[in-house]
Amino acid sequence: MSLPKRKSPKGKPVSLFVTCMVDMLHPETGISVVKVLEYLGIEVNFPEKQTCCGQPAYNGGYHDEAKEVAKEFLKAFRNAEVIVAPSGSCATMVRVDYLKLFADDPEYLAEAERISSITWEFSEFLVDGLGIENLDGILPKAQSFAFHDSCHGLRMMGIKEAPRKLVGNIENAEILPLESAEECCGFGGLFSIKLPNVSAAITDKKLASIKKNEADWILLGDVSCMTNMNTALEKQGEPKRVRHFADILAESISNSGAKRGENPDGE
Amino acid sequence: MENRANQFIRAADVALKDPDLQKAVAYGTRLGFNKRIAAMYEYGEEHGEALRQQSAQIKRRALANLPKLLEEAEKNLLKNGFKVLWAKDAAEANQLILEIAQKHESKLAVKSKSMATEEIGVNENLEAAGIEVVETDLGEFIVQLAEERPSHIVVPIVHKTKESIQKTLEEKANMPPTDDPLAMTRFARAYLREKFLKADLGISGANFVIAEAGSIGLVMNEGNGRFVTSLPKVHIALVGIEKIVATLEEYATLTQVLPRSATGQTLTVYTNLINGPKRSQEKDGPEEIYLIFLDNGRSEIYQSTYADSLACIRCGSCLNACPVYDVTGGHAYGWVYPGPIGSVITPLLKGLENAKTLPYACSLCGLCKDVCPVDIDLPHFLLDLRKDVVSTQKGNWIWDLGISGWSWLMRHPKIYRVGGRVAARVLGLLPLKKLPAPFNAWTDHHAFPVFAKRTFAELWTEHQGEKNG
Repeated sequence: MSLPKRKSPKGKPVSLFVTCMVDMLHPETGISVVKVLEYLGIEVNFPEKQTCCGQPAYNGGYHDEAKEVAKEFLKAFRNAEVIVAPSGSCATMVRVDYLKLFADDPEYLAEAERISSITWEFSEFLVDGLGIENLDGILPKAQSFAFHDSCHGLRMMGIKEAPRKLVGNIENAEILPLESAEECCGFGGLFSIKLPNVSAAITDKKLASIKKNEADWILLGDVSCMTNMNTALEKQGEPKRVRHFADILAESISNSGAKRGENPDGE
Repeated sequence: MENRANQFIRAADVALKDPDLQKAVAYGTRLGFNKRIAAMYEYGEEHGEALRQQSAQIKRRALANLPKLLEEAEKNLLKNGFKVLWAKDAAEANQLILEIAQKHESKLAVKSKSMATEEIGVNENLEAAGIEVVETDLGEFIVQLAEERPSHIVVPIVHKTKESIQKTLEEKANMPPTDDPLAMTRFARAYLREKFLKADLGISGANFVIAEAGSIGLVMNEGNGRFVTSLPKVHIALVGIEKIVATLEEYATLTQVLPRSATGQTLTVYTNLINGPKRSQEKDGPEEIYLIFLDNGRSEIYQSTYADSLACIRCGSCLNACPVYDVTGGHAYGWVYPGPIGSVITPLLKGLENAKTLPYACSLCGLCKDVCPVDIDLPHFLLDLRKDVVSTQKGNWIWDLGISGWSWLMRHPKIYRVGGRVAARVLGLLPLKKLPAPFNAWTDHHAFPVFAKRTFAELWTEHQGEKNG
C-alpha cells in the first residue's frame, strides 16, 4: 500500500457517501451505516448533492466524463471533514483513482487530494480510523458468517480483517472461512455488460464455493458484488443470499439496548 | 502470426462452451497459482515480497539504462565470440534468421521454447524456405503436431487434456497407443532425440542477457534446451531488447524469482548461462552463436507511458491469477501473448485498433499486479488503454452515447433524485424479466436487479424526521 498516511477522523462529523448503488438498490444498508455511526455518538450528515463517484465512466475509459462527475462529487462534499462509504470499490475510486484522474489538473488536484485523504470505507473507518473493533452487539440466536473479500477493497485499500473483527465480536456470531474468499465474483461493472458470458462464467465459479459454504450468511462490503451474486443466485433458483456486513452490525446493536454513546474523540 | 485479438469476445464464447478446455485450464492455472504462493513465500511473506520488490527494481534500473546496457551487452557479447545482430521488426528478424540458415545450408532446425520466435513466426518463415523446424519443448512439440498455437506463456498446452495429447501423439507422430503420461513422454523423448542428432541449426530465445558478462541466461526444465544450444553447429538466439539486466548478481536474483513465479520451483532443472561458442580447447558446443536483438515495437513502448510493461520477465503468473484467463484460456486473446500481460502488450505491439477489445477483457480485480514478480501495474495500464480506445474514437457509439447521458444525469443531482424516485416506483411495477440491448446479456445470467421501493435519500429524510420528532 502506497497510500499516504492521514489524520485521525476521531471526533469529526461524518459525511455519508452512500453510493448510487446503495441509494437505488439497497437503501436499507445506508440506513444501517447511519444507525451504527449514531449509536457511536457520531454526528452524521448526508450531502444531498451527491450522485455517483464517476467510477463507471472511469473504468469504461471515459476519463473526461468521469472527471466531470468527479468534480460534482468534490463540490457535493466540499464541507466534509470525514467521508464514509459502505463500499470498498467506491471508496477506492475517491481515495485512489481521483488522484490519477486529477493528476494533471492544478485547479482541482488540491481538493481531490484533500477529499481522498478524508475518505474511508465503513469498516476501515471504524477499525483503523476510530480504533473500534467491538460494537457490543448481540444477535438473538447463534449465527455463522463467512466473508467474501471484494477486489477493490482488498487489493487497493487493504481491507481484509476490519469487517471480520467487527462481525466476529458480535455476541452469538461466529466467523467461518470461505474457500476462495479473495477470488473475484466476476462483476467488474461495465465488464459484466460488455463481456456478459465471461463475467457469468467467473460468477459461477464464485457461486460454487458460496453454495457449498456452511455459514448461515456470506457477508461482504460492496453492494455491487452483492447484487451480481444475489441476482445470479436468484436466476439459478438458489435460496442462498449474500449480505452487506453493515446490516448485521445494525441488527446486532439494535438488540444490545441503549445507545453506546461513545465519544469517538476519546475525551 | 495472424492477430485475431479483436475477436476476443466471440472466441471466448467458444472457449466457454469447451468442457475439455474448461477443465484443463482451470486445473493448470490453479496448480500454477498455488505452487507460486508456496515457492515465493517459502521463507515467509515478507521475504517473498522483498524478493519481488528487489526484482522490480532490477528491471526498472535496467529499463532506465536500456540504451547504455544494450551497448555494453553488445561489446561484451562480441568479446565472448557471439555474433550480434539487430532487427527492427519481425520481417527483418526473419530475414536475418533465414540468411543465417541458408549461409550454413541448414536443413533441420530444432527449437527450444521462445515467445519472441512465436511473435515473429520463425517456423512459418523457415518452412516456406524448405527448412524443417521442430519444436523440442514437450508442450510446444505437441502444439506443433496438433497444428495449434501455445495458449500459455509457460505452459503451452495448459488448454489440453491428457486424452487430447494422447490423440495428437497417436495421430500425428504414430505413437503406439498408450494413456500413460510417462510412456507418452518417453515416446516424445525418443522421437525428438533423433531430430537433435540430425539438426544443423538450433534456435532459442533467452530469458536474460547479462550486459556486464556478455552472456545469455536460459532457464528451462527439459534437457531440450541444452541440446538446442549445444548440439547443432549453429545456434541462433532471438531476444527482445527488454530482456537485458546489468549484472550477474541481478541475474542471480531474477533466476530465483522467475521459476518461483512461473512454475513454483525454487530453481529450474536447468539454469544455463551461455558465454559464447565452442572454444578451441572444448569438445562440443556450437561453432557459431548469433544473438539477434529484436525491437519489433519495443522501443516505441519504451518511449510511451507504458514503458513499465517492458519489465515483464514472461513468467505467466498473471495468467494463472486472472479470473478471465481461467475461463477463456489463452487462444481467445487472439495473438501470441495471452492473459493480463497480453491484454496490455498486444495493443501496444500490434496497434490499438487491432486489439481494442483486450483492455476490456478484465474485471479489474487487481490480482495480476499482486502476483507479478516485477510489480507491473497491469490493471492501471488496462484502464489507460481503455482511455486510449475512447479518446482515439475507437470505441462504440452506443457506449459513447450511453456514458454521455449517464454523465449528464450524474451532474444534475436534482434530476437524479427525482429520476431515482420515479425509477424505483415504475420499475417496481413493471414485470421486467429481460432488459433491452446492450443489457440483455446481463438478464440472461441474472434476475433483474430489483430497485428499492424508496431511495436512500427518501429514507434519510424520514430518518431525520424520526430523530427530530
